[in-house]
Amino acid sequence: MHSSITIVGASLAGVRAAEALRTEGFKGNIKLLGDEPHIAYDRPPLSKSFLEGEMASEKLSLLTTEKINELKLEIRTDSKVSNLDIETQTLEVKGEVEEFDALIIATGARARKLPDTEKINGIHTLRSLDDSIKIRDSFKAGNPKVVVVGGGFIGCEVAATASTLGIEVTVVESQDVPLSHVLGEEAGKVISELHIDNGVQLKCGVEVQEIKGEDKVEGVLLEDGTLLEADLVVVGIGAVPNTEWLENSGLTIENGVCCDQTCLAAPNIVAAGDVARWEHQGYGKSIRLEHWDNAAEQGKHAALRLLQTEAEALPYAPIPWFWSDQFDRKIQLAGISDPEDDFEVIVDSPGEGRYTAIYGNEGRLKAVLGINRPRHVMQFKSLMENKASWKEALEFARGIG
Amino acid sequence: MRVVVDFDLCESNAICMQIAPDIFEVRDDDFLYVLDETPSEDRRSNLEESVQRCPKQAISIEE
Ligand SMILES: Cc1cc2nc3c(=O)[nH]c(=O)nc-3n(C[C@H](O)[C@H](O)[C@H](O)COP(=O)(O)OP(=O)(O)OC[C@H]3O[C@@H](n4cnc5c(N)ncnc54)[C@H](O)[C@@H]3O)c2cc1C
Ligand code: SF4
Repeated sequence: MHSSITIVGASLAGVRAAEALRTEGFKGNIKLLGDEPHIAYDRPPLSKSFLEGEMASEKLSLLTTEKINELKLEIRTDSKVSNLDIETQTLEVKGEVEEFDALIIATGARARKLPDTEKINGIHTLRSLDDSIKIRDSFKAGNPKVVVVGGGFIGCEVAATASTLGIEVTVVESQDVPLSHVLGEEAGKVISELHIDNGVQLKCGVEVQEIKGEDKVEGVLLEDGTLLEADLVVVGIGAVPNTEWLENSGLTIENGVCCDQTCLAAPNIVAAGDVARWEHQGYGKSIRLEHWDNAAEQGKHAALRLLQTEAEALPYAPIPWFWSDQFDRKIQLAGISDPEDDFEVIVDSPGEGRYTAIYGNEGRLKAVLGINRPRHVMQFKSLMENKASWKEALEFARGIG
Repeated sequence: MRVVVDFDLCESNAICMQIAPDIFEVRDDDFLYVLDETPSEDRRSNLEESVQRCPKQAISIEE
């Protein structure tokens, strides 16, 4: 039995891992090390309700003082970890070498930035509480013209929030239809229309050429020559897993920390959440997700793995699920969709803002998209868990459509 | 044990319904209904999972 477990990355996956260790009866020392100045907090509201302005930051907290005491956690904020060595089972915290018996890697991901824009004020990415506070303050200051670069889920949410606040906002997206690389063109269009109907300007099928402005942003120049005036630019062009601190550690890093089916990266070392790439037994390939539900569940699974023998260990093979809130719509996707999949719309009632569609491939149900249709999403998710065929899914759809 | 849902927090995403369909149901009107407010002890582990998986921390168990 390990006497001390170190968790690096004090966010959702890390906190859930710590909780799971105690629930399972682990009595040893648990260190929870994070490089942020804040105690663990929840990120999804940062582009939604928190950004809209009413919510206090305490409401985001994932750990109360009571909880920390109850779980007997040794928590350190502002503690960047580096130089993991899996041979000696050591790592460095702010330059000091520390040993561990077992390690949980939960360093998540960070927002990808536009190159050469660091010196220009008014350009933000959105990943942390501090990022959200800065954008929120800029939303409140006067009547800013906002350009969102990237029409992915976070970009779309920021645009929806800005627009709800009455702020003029333009989304620039290099694909012809936002989100089409995930949802396909047809479903992507449903979401674009939602934005257009709510007053968001969309500039699609065009790349950003240059950000204009010396020390303060003035505009965004697009490759087709359009110049969009801007006081605030929010960049939402994806996330990069935080694995730099693991270079030379001996672990395999390939767009994430590579783990086996059970979340084990090396003996006594597991990874979970946005940073982890693992062999998903159900899909027969390795995947990495950036979903809230996955970070929570994988944090738990990975932590328990450390307390199990190889024979006891279970594969981690969930059906992925995530949600995105845009305007008054709850968008949910369960499974893994591919724009090339067979695609069937089951409910399309624009008046009520409701929409359900399913994705299939090789005779199997692969994903379900729901807009204000949580019940359907969960029903099809259950079907996926039971490995339903495409035919079975279509039959089920006839019953509910 | 008693299931308590904070309906001000709940956003009807039906995660709990998938885990414990005999306790939670999100109906066509998009509201969550608690079907069984006092489930029997053998439902505890499912219920605890619902508490944990709810992204809004809207569910709690009162003993
Ligand atoms: C604005 C926003 C909105 C989102 N909305 C949704 C949503 O609606 N639905 C959904 O399903 N998902 C959403 N997500 C995704 C979800 O929040 C993430 O999947 C989740 O936060 C991942 O948790 P994690 O613990 O794996 O990593 P993270 O939350 O990224 O946390 C990793 C932590 O590790 C720290 N760290 C990194 N390197 C080091 C180091 N070397 N030493 C010490 N600490 C380190 C980081 O600073 C960070 O605090 C959203 C994310 C963002 C940013
Ligand atoms: S999981 Fe939580 S938010 Fe979702 S329907 Fe259940 S109680 Fe409501």
